Amino acid sequence: MGLEHQLGDNILTTSLEWAVNWARSNSVWPMTFGLACCAIEMMPIVSPRYDLARFGSEVYRASPRQADLLIVAGRVSRKMAPFVKQVYEQMMSPKWVISMGACASCGGVFRNYAILQGVDKIIPVDVYVPGCPPNPYALMQGIFEIQKKIKGEKFTDHPYE
Amino acid sequence: MISEKIPTSVDKFKAISSDNISVQESDDPGDRIVTLNMGPSHPATHGVLRLVLSIDGEVITEVVPHIGYLHTGMEKLGEYMSYHQFIPITDRMDYLAPMLMNLGYILGVEKLLGITDEIPARAQWLRVLYSELMRISSHLIWLGTSAIDLGAMSPIFYALQDREQIMNIFEETCGARLTSTYFRIGGLREDIPDTVIPMIEKFLKDFAIRLDEYQNLVTGNPILINRLKGIGCLSKETALSYCCSGPVLRASGVNYDVRKARPYSGYEKFKFNIPVYQEGDSYARFLVRMDEMRESATIVRQAIDAIPAGPVKIDRTDIILPDKHRTQGNMEELINHFILSCRGFNAPVGEVFSTIESSKGEFGVYLVSTGGEKPYRLRVHSPSFLNLSVLPAISRGSLIADIVAIIGSLDIVLGEIDR
Repeated sequence: MGLEHQLGDNILTTSLEWAVNWARSNSVWPMTFGLACCAIEMMPIVSPRYDLARFGSEVYRASPRQADLLIVAGRVSRKMAPFVKQVYEQMMSPKWVISMGACASCGGVFRNYAILQGVDKIIPVDVYVPGCPPNPYALMQGIFEIQKKIKGEKFTDHPYE
Repeated sequence: MISEKIPTSVDKFKAISSDNISVQESDDPGDRIVTLNMGPSHPATHGVLRLVLSIDGEVITEVVPHIGYLHTGMEKLGEYMSYHQFIPITDRMDYLAPMLMNLGYILGVEKLLGITDEIPARAQWLRVLYSELMRISSHLIWLGTSAIDLGAMSPIFYALQDREQIMNIFEETCGARLTSTYFRIGGLREDIPDTVIPMIEKFLKDFAIRLDEYQNLVTGNPILINRLKGIGCLSKETALSYCCSGPVLRASGVNYDVRKARPYSGYEKFKFNIPVYQEGDSYARFLVRMDEMRESATIVRQAIDAIPAGPVKIDRTDIILPDKHRTQGNMEELINHFILSCRGFNAPVGEVFSTIESSKGEFGVYLVSTGGEKPYRLRVHSPSFLNLSVLPAISRGSLIADIVAIIGSLDIVLGEIDR
């Protein structure tokens, strides 16, 4: 936030860090970015059965500028890869990425010329959610892991870009 | 400053300049066209479809769909996999209705092997039961997402709630929610557990009430009718010339459904109607799918009332994998399991094309076999691709907001288009 460079770690900055992280972790706004099958399992997490609103993440944003979390839901083809990277770069820092499903994490069952063998080859990934496709509960667990990660972060982890 | 830069030779242009924007209007309509990119990351394109729109003000003059952003090379994968191994890949084509994709593929393989008539009655019956549940599930997602595109937020919550019940049924049956791989060559993976039938009964009971709710909440909504009626009109001739199928074709007044035209898997034993509308607009396509859900529910009702007894797998040890408990107690079965898993079975030489009615339209698989464990060529006839190809023809002259409604009413799935 700029303060930590001048003041260092003291009671003011660490308390502020805690408060900011608390606010950030409870208002993670994911980006609507469905690619394939996993998107169909991503949709129900806002439905009455799973209800992600309980954890502050229900607001799906269609614009990357308003989103904090990119859920790469599905297989990333080589033709789509530049757009995934572009969407990631358009997001404001601080930002986090979940690689949802086997295809986004490692190519899954599609080991061929068309599919990028893991989205982590083009963008940094914070949490991998296994499954093909993962159960919505598994994706929620992934979002909890992101929240846990946010709570332990320092301001200096996210320099202004 | 800008007005100084305008050449004096272009007197016919009327220049309107502000501080840093210069808008030139000309009499030539070609100069007024603006190109607008939509997608591939756009919430209303139902996946990764990219449209390049040429617009004159708010009116669309040309639409060019760009596909291939989800190209997965599935047809090529089919040439490198044995017939059994390819079934899970079909799940990931139309990921809104995976079981229907399974069915389309395995019916092709069964036709190639010449065992179509030997499939046990119970397996065929259950295939129909699960296909129709899948169709309802697919249409529910369509209902929710296309309603969101039109600005109605709440229908998707109702639709997903109903869909969760169907997903529970699938999970109880085979352990997987979405990509189930339940239908296998020669039958089903395993018999249904006893607990499933009460779940389906409960779903049908709830769904009958829900359908009436949708009727009141969505179908009769004046905003929805205004957004859909007369939008994206598709004539009967255009629909046929573009080889449209499924609800898109039936909304244009053609009574064609593979379940009736060329019944497969025992559909001839069920009584159901094919909803057909003459208007051909987005609202007709909407109504066809709403009616289809009702018809599918009646098929499911007929199916669970009289499930025939018997095995769910064909009695051919050279084609189907043996039961797990038999492989653990019998050496021959273990060897058989090993050979089928590693190498697969040998298919006869031949070419087959077989189609089913998927939730999007006529889904077909064309298999060329030159003998051996793998097909020489596997070609997928994708209904969504053909339904999408009609988009430029029907959206010309409509507004930008209407194209969202038209895409929603075409109900495309990019996984199946790009494969």
